[in-house]
Amino acid sequence: MKEISGIPASYGIAIGPAFVFGYAELDIETVAIEDPEAEWQRFEKARDSSRRQLDEAYRVTKEDCGEEAAEIFNAQKMMLDDPELIGTVKNRINGELINVESALYETAEAFARQLEAIEDEYLSARAVDIRDVSSRCLRNLLGLYDAPAAGLDKPSIIVAQDLTPSDTVLLNKDFVLGFCTAEGGSTSHTAILARGLGIPAVVGAGDQVQQIDQDDILVVDGDAGEVIINPDKESLQNFRTRQAHFLEVQAEAESISHKPAVTTDGHRVEVVANIGSEKGIEPALEAGAEGVGLLRSEFLYLERDSLPTEEEQYQKYKAIADAFGDKPVILRTLDIGGDKDIPYIDLPPEANPFLGVRAIRLCLERPDIFKPQLRAALRAGYGNNLKLMFPMVGTVEDVVRTRRVLEECRGELKEEGYEVADMMEIGIMIEIPSAAIVADKLAEEVDFFSIGTNDLSQYTMAADRTNAKVAPLASGFQPAVFRLIKTVIDAAHEKEKWVGLCGEMAGEMLAIPILLGLGLDEFSMNPPAIPFAKRLIRSISLEQAQKVAEHVLNLDSDQEIREYIQDAVPEVNLG
Amino acid sequence: MPEINLTVNHEVGLHARPASMFVQTAAKFSSDIEVTHGEKTANAKSILAVLTLGVHKGAKIHIKAAGDDEDEALQALEELVLSNFGEG
Repeated sequence: MKEISGIPASYGIAIGPAFVFGYAELDIETVAIEDPEAEWQRFEKARDSSRRQLDEAYRVTKEDCGEEAAEIFNAQKMMLDDPELIGTVKNRINGELINVESALYETAEAFARQLEAIEDEYLSARAVDIRDVSSRCLRNLLGLYDAPAAGLDKPSIIVAQDLTPSDTVLLNKDFVLGFCTAEGGSTSHTAILARGLGIPAVVGAGDQVQQIDQDDILVVDGDAGEVIINPDKESLQNFRTRQAHFLEVQAEAESISHKPAVTTDGHRVEVVANIGSEKGIEPALEAGAEGVGLLRSEFLYLERDSLPTEEEQYQKYKAIADAFGDKPVILRTLDIGGDKDIPYIDLPPEANPFLGVRAIRLCLERPDIFKPQLRAALRAGYGNNLKLMFPMVGTVEDVVRTRRVLEECRGELKEEGYEVADMMEIGIMIEIPSAAIVADKLAEEVDFFSIGTNDLSQYTMAADRTNAKVAPLASGFQPAVFRLIKTVIDAAHEKEKWVGLCGEMAGEMLAIPILLGLGLDEFSMNPPAIPFAKRLIRSISLEQAQKVAEHVLNLDSDQEIREYIQDAVPEVNLG
Repeated sequence: MPEINLTVNHEVGLHARPASMFVQTAAKFSSDIEVTHGEKTANAKSILAVLTLGVHKGAKIHIKAAGDDEDEALQALEELVLSNFGEG
């Protein structure tokens, strides 16, 4: 029995034999040739076969997943016929008298690297496409095209380095129990597919994945991000029980996902979604979100060459806020600077970006960026329930200055004859310890707080959350962080203001009873967690949660808190 | 050799569907067509080359054509970009 760990990408527990999705590693050798024309003919023939396969992939995908998903294969077909690619390959065959395999491999690789060098998510995905289509053509050239997916003849767990769209299109989805990949993150193709199919996945597990052999018995624990290879009888039994339990919990969660989150003793809280653009509307509503607790506005600013106009922002914000009708949508103003860069804003480099000119600090320095966003929000909030929230507030002065700019915008808009939201609620993120400490003062200035636990934890614990060595310190499961959260909630309630939480913690089952007990009013999380969070809240009492929270404040570590909660509130265990 | 300057206003820039349409339009003509963005120049008939230009929303591009149908080619590309790639 061996255990490997990766990134949890889709909930649930899968148990079954491994289907190792291995193309034999392509071994491309450079060989001298004598007849370039014959070599060229081989290329033409391989491209013909590739084209036919791509047409088939397009057809199958369109039937299974719709036109948009299928479009990728048309794009790959264009790459296959790209004049620059073909021209370079032809020149190399003729000029260097080398085999087509080597000419194609190196040319495609060069294009892939150029695309990757631009550091843009969309173009990186196109680098995957050019490699995918070139490898398809190479397999056709080498006569290796026995689709590896064809060997999948029983329910199995798919194990792979990473899976491309070409790989997954041919998988018989009825036989896929779960996924385990060496590469990829929570937004990789495999992760998205797994969530779409509702099956567990662990991605980014690294080289350890190579230890898995064909037909090894695997357990994929999509909650913990762990994969167990050939578990012993006892732990297998254990996982089977957890799996059965998870399926029950999942069915139960889905059946109540559109009901309110009310504890057994009648205390109601709001469960809302974190979304990053208009694409998040549908998934959020389907999952049972009672609104949006965090609409990140960065999507409007990324992947472009200039600032978005007020009008453009207005259209987007309005469309999203209107889609939720009476339900609240909280727009967070631009959170950029520090480690998150936008080339056209031209930020000076800083020695310590996390402690530098970020978010509201940047916006207050740059009215040319800030004012169009505030104007757009004030206009978009007319006739719906849009609220505004400011990130990285550290002092009362930050709020006073921000409000001044906001009122200036409101006055200008009215003078220009626009209809604006007069009663729009204004809130701030609590993510800097100083803000938590003076929360009583801040509560006098705003309508609500939303606690950003990712940053609040790393600033409180002085631990970089991207540094694996200090990750347990930055996890947020620390008595110090929970005590700060309590301070914030108590200070807000004292002034009759409400408090939400939109960090990762809001969607973590282990944290929910504690936060509920501390008096949190709103839980904002990624949509897939919503049904599970509602189910948990509906299965416990506020009284029990308060006892648990009180106890946690006096524990001493991340580990102690987790163990205590699992024991004291068994409902947190999904599997 | 005719040349034109255009601004790409499409949401996704010269990527995804707009990039495909741009390249497919260019490919209909026999003239050599080059598109320049900043310091990079690409063959307008090559999707890979056009993508590596990294043209985002709001960017200015410069197009040159040379050949028998150079004027028609530029006119077709201009119409495509000005129509916001058929999305008004």
